[in-house]
Amino acid sequence: MTSARAVWVLGEQRNGMIHPVSFELLAWGRSLADDLGVDLECIIAGHAITADAGDLIAQGADRVRCLEHRELEVFQVDTYARLVEGLVREHEPEILLASATTMGRTLMPVLAANLHTGLTADCTGLSIDPVERLLLQTRPAIGGNVLATIKTPSHRPQMATVHPKARRPLPRDASRTGEIVAVPIDEGLLHSRVSRVGFEQDLTMGSSIQDAELVIAGGRGLRTAKRFADLFELAELLGGVVGASRCAVDLGWAPHAHQVGLSGKSVSPTTYVALGISGSPNHLAGMSSSDRVIAVNSDPDAAIFQVADVGIVADLADFLPAWLDRLHAQNKEQGGLGV
Amino acid sequence: MIRKGTDAAINSLDLHAVEEAVRIKESASEPIQVTVLSMGPPQAQSAIREALAMGCDQGILLSGREFAGADTWATAYTLVQGMRTQEPFDLVLCGERATDGETGQVGPMVAALSDMPLLTYVSKLTCEEGIVSANRAIEGGTEIVSCSLPAVVCVLRELNNPRLPTLAGKVAAHEADIAVLNGEAVCADTTLLGLGGSPTRVVKVMYPSFQRNTELFSAENEGLAAALDHMEVALGRTS
Repeated sequence: MTSARAVWVLGEQRNGMIHPVSFELLAWGRSLADDLGVDLECIIAGHAITADAGDLIAQGADRVRCLEHRELEVFQVDTYARLVEGLVREHEPEILLASATTMGRTLMPVLAANLHTGLTADCTGLSIDPVERLLLQTRPAIGGNVLATIKTPSHRPQMATVHPKARRPLPRDASRTGEIVAVPIDEGLLHSRVSRVGFEQDLTMGSSIQDAELVIAGGRGLRTAKRFADLFELAELLGGVVGASRCAVDLGWAPHAHQVGLSGKSVSPTTYVALGISGSPNHLAGMSSSDRVIAVNSDPDAAIFQVADVGIVADLADFLPAWLDRLHAQNKEQGGLGV
Repeated sequence: MIRKGTDAAINSLDLHAVEEAVRIKESASEPIQVTVLSMGPPQAQSAIREALAMGCDQGILLSGREFAGADTWATAYTLVQGMRTQEPFDLVLCGERATDGETGQVGPMVAALSDMPLLTYVSKLTCEEGIVSANRAIEGGTEIVSCSLPAVVCVLRELNNPRLPTLAGKVAAHEADIAVLNGEAVCADTTLLGLGGSPTRVVKVMYPSFQRNTELFSAENEGLAAALDHMEVALGRTS
């Protein structure tokens, strides 16, 4: 195996545990590395992470470069950027991918600026041009209504971020072999201009919408804030959580934490129910990896029906109240919420 | 503060950056000047006037044919060159991202190219005696950070509620002179501007296509009850 011109992904850890976005990134990177015939490497920074680095090999990496130091336990843009930039300059990877987490969205632009190279945010598709062997980076553009394909012809590395949950990790293969490299840390590089004073854990919201197996999402087709609010009741009755289109959030019907799509969160639940959502590329970018999509919309030509497994053409002003009535009636029959 | 974009209207997330800048000015014990800086075509002046109407003191538009086609790297470089005409300054505020699904990468790139400390995802901000303290809304909670000024801060909409401009503010903004600077005026390396200075190239734009083929069930033709039955089957909830 050679490390020349490899595909790199920037793994993440939280509290010393490898975060699942790292495994998702390896799934994205694996096909690119295979198409190019090069190694897939995972760069991960943290404290006490090397013991778990084998998991990254089992999930698709050929080589893991661990940046391990107590000072690297939490993400700090100054230190992480300095160390990763040094590694990139030393090893010159062809491609560098990260997840569009707050870390990826902060670190990657800083790296791209300092390395003077191109960065494409929130890609929904990544592939290799078979002729030029360049990374083709596809993302929704112009208000999310079209898909643009972007290249970085001559600057290196070619950099892109992808949404968390936009792709599933590869099946774990414990028989995979690879190399784990402990990168020597120059302590002189560990200073940061920004100090972390504290951290307050949020126990209420977190990423519940991204962890849910059933997402009930609503959009402008619900037409009123009141009817959108009914989704919370519906979600409770069905055992799901509420998602929202960008329109619904912009109209003030739901907080931004519920927003699904390019400008919100990506979700891949077992079932995604889209109610009154037209299905802009912005929205589809956030939910099209769901196992099963059920859509209700009054417009039979709505784009959402093109990604739906089940499509119902109905006016939500009739459909939603009738559905709630039926669920309440069923509950009454069964004497409680045990549906 | 910085905004970018080509719309004649100000990007709604940038309003939060403008609001915060004006609040800092209003609560400061010493005089503070707030400058709104943007790159865009000449019609972007109207967006700058919106910011002036909210209370910014001075507007600068970076505009010129040589800036056309800039990607985020070239945009950030151009903005940093524009900032350099205004040195010294203490704080650069940016909106988190453009509302139309833009990238959110210009603010962090500005910090890197100007070698200033960077705070992203800021939901709360205080500036006192040359120190900026901030809450960062990140996965799983709120990180509390501080650093010395000058710094680049990218703000979230949770930070504040932007004010509506007063009539007097609108009148003053309408009459204000906005400096329009081209590449030469900001002493830019012309090879780093616009499309020519952009590492990325858009090679294709298309309407998306999809794989799933769905037979639609019409509530109008089949009746609402049948549509609800159909939904229950789809959800695996039939008894």
